[in-house]
Amino acid sequence: MKYDILLAGVGGQGLLSMAVIIASAAMKNGYFVKQSEVHGMSQRGGAVLANLRISDQPIHSDIIARGDADMILSLEIMEGLRYLDYLAADGTMLTSTGRVENIGDYPAQEEIVDRIQQLPHTCLVQADDLAKEAGTVLAGNMAMVGAASVFLPLEAEGLEIQIERLFRPKGGKVVETNLRAFRLGRNSLSCAAP
Amino acid sequence: MFPMVVYLPRVSGSTSIKRGPVRQVLLGDEAVALGAVHAGITAAYAYPGTPSTEILEYLIRLSDQAGKPKACWCANEKTAFEEALGVSMVGRRALVAMKHVGLNVAADPFMNGAIVQINGGLVVAVADDPGMHSSQNEQDSRYFADMARIPCLEPANQQEAYEMVREAFELSEQFHVPVMVRLVTRLAHSRAVVRPQPPLAERPMKKPRDTRGWTLLPAYARMQWRDLLDRQPDMLAFSEASPNNQLVLNPERHDLGVITTGLARNYYFENFGELRHRPSHLHVGAYPLPVARIRELAAHVDKLLVLEEGNPYLERYLRGLLPQALRIEGKLSGHLPQDGELTPDFVRLALDLPGRRSVSTTDLPVRNRPPQLCQGCPHADSYAAIRASIEGLEQSLVASDIGCYTLGALPPYSAIESCVCMGASIGMAKGAAEAGMNPVFAVIGDSTFLHSGVTPLMDAVAHDADIVLVILDNSTVGMTGGQPTILPSSALEPLVLGLGVHPEHLHVLEAHPKRVGEMTEVLRREIRHHGLSVVIAVRECIETAKRRRREERSPQPGGAEG
Repeated sequence: MKYDILLAGVGGQGLLSMAVIIASAAMKNGYFVKQSEVHGMSQRGGAVLANLRISDQPIHSDIIARGDADMILSLEIMEGLRYLDYLAADGTMLTSTGRVENIGDYPAQEEIVDRIQQLPHTCLVQADDLAKEAGTVLAGNMAMVGAASVFLPLEAEGLEIQIERLFRPKGGKVVETNLRAFRLGRNSLSCAAP
Repeated sequence: MFPMVVYLPRVSGSTSIKRGPVRQVLLGDEAVALGAVHAGITAAYAYPGTPSTEILEYLIRLSDQAGKPKACWCANEKTAFEEALGVSMVGRRALVAMKHVGLNVAADPFMNGAIVQINGGLVVAVADDPGMHSSQNEQDSRYFADMARIPCLEPANQQEAYEMVREAFELSEQFHVPVMVRLVTRLAHSRAVVRPQPPLAERPMKKPRDTRGWTLLPAYARMQWRDLLDRQPDMLAFSEASPNNQLVLNPERHDLGVITTGLARNYYFENFGELRHRPSHLHVGAYPLPVARIRELAAHVDKLLVLEEGNPYLERYLRGLLPQALRIEGKLSGHLPQDGELTPDFVRLALDLPGRRSVSTTDLPVRNRPPQLCQGCPHADSYAAIRASIEGLEQSLVASDIGCYTLGALPPYSAIESCVCMGASIGMAKGAAEAGMNPVFAVIGDSTFLHSGVTPLMDAVAHDADIVLVILDNSTVGMTGGQPTILPSSALEPLVLGLGVHPEHLHVLEAHPKRVGEMTEVLRREIRHHGLSVVIAVRECIETAKRRRREERSPQPGGAEG
């Protein structure tokens, strides 16, 4: 088994927390994991990218090869497309419909959605709405982890344990909100999981 | 085992192995830090710099909890290295960490540290940044280790990073030289499981009886240099015998030999399964270059493919200057790009494997999203004032420096016109003014100023350079994640005055949207003054302020952003 996930988003969206939760759940499951992230200048409101590789065999490369990603998991509607050449021919594009319009010539939503829907395996998640429903706009990333959990070779329970661990220092309320977002995301998928 | 707080929770970790410390999930940088702790270091020193910053951050967290080792940020990489030399001289182990361009700043103690008689182990962890994720160049630190004639270890994964740091301390004491551990971004900022080994105790303090080995008077320096040259064969013998340099010959095939260094091995192995034949392979993880092993491989094959992350360091050695029968492929032959990061995809093509199929990527509605200053960043207000103050002028130059504020070169600010190296803004401004340009600004952050801006300001004071220096004081090292500056903001004004800047031409102003007009007026006035002027533009970094307020509300450590 190997499952390569390319996580995309905009600096400040909480990409790293997503990567850490999935990576730790995978590790608890006994899988080999490598998780590569970006620090420094590129984080400042720019496009950010993380590589997460899960396998039952030792993993060599820290970064995913082109055409090899089983999933692009994007916190922003345009950002997932940026790395499309990394997606395997039968890979899944799982993206939030949310837009971060901090640039001038941002394309129209229909244009982006149309292009995404040309892909063989696509799933759009109203992550921002789900996060608001859960109690905070900040929890969009956990809604996306919830949606991704339908595809990942991991149990939802293991992911929930890691969410609880990550947010515990911030108090029980924050944990509950994020778990709620996770479950809303998990139950939101209208597209069929493989 | 030391207790520790990790800013992201440990993502596995509690599974204990029978002997020795607990398995942990660590960034490459953190594996370096833990290796140093388990090697019994007494102290660690650094200046923040991507991708090396997390080494000291880890050690500082540890030190806050356990009381040791001594771990501190320094004014710059040179002072950090010198402090580590002091630890070594009295017989104890020290780690000094920096990014590749930091080694330029530390080059003086680094080159001369190679000549002194290292006593306690001294390891310099240098993180190169191929691809310039957050740097201004792609220099390869292996050249520096070579020039200083010291060993260099180059890990390919987190476990090796941990083990090689421990080994580097042993080598440092064995050969009495500093030893380099070279990292690259992709290892520094990638996490995986590390299995630590039992930790060693701290070394006792032991000053050398003979201090001539630390006193580089020409007469003593000649002896030390001769001695360092005499130790070279021993270092080479270490490298030839090192399990970090593994040669595997395929007796049945002679068409191709592959040499990998450091991280390149991962990309080679990533593609290995698809190769029809198994090439002979030498991996180099320890330097000086294992010459005999390289020759053995070369004698066995008709063609060598060299895969290395960074500059074509080994490849250049192999090619030499004279014609040879052996075919060598690598970066210099154009089989791999000379710039940017190595990837599994480039290595694939160099191995003559077909490119992978992916989904169609034509006509994507995707726009560039460059990094930018945060909403509400005080630098934006200073840039608004600088631009307004020079508006309408026929000519002007705004020299700047390295930090978040370098993003002011991009629209919508387009306010600065240079970024070369730490502190360069002030010297360049002085030079440009002396060449006839007017007005000339130097724009530098508070931490960059303390790192490398004080000495050029002395030059500017001494010659009353006709420049306007703007120190952007946001009370933090912003770009690398908000580390404390080496001196608090309150120290800047007396420091600048103490250097001899005229009090009438020193202004401390708030960088605030409501006070842009006031700052513009002051800048216009100082442009008219023919001599040195300094404006300190003050407002705390909004990210640091946010974090501080959060910590004041709930003082628990740890936890990542949601």
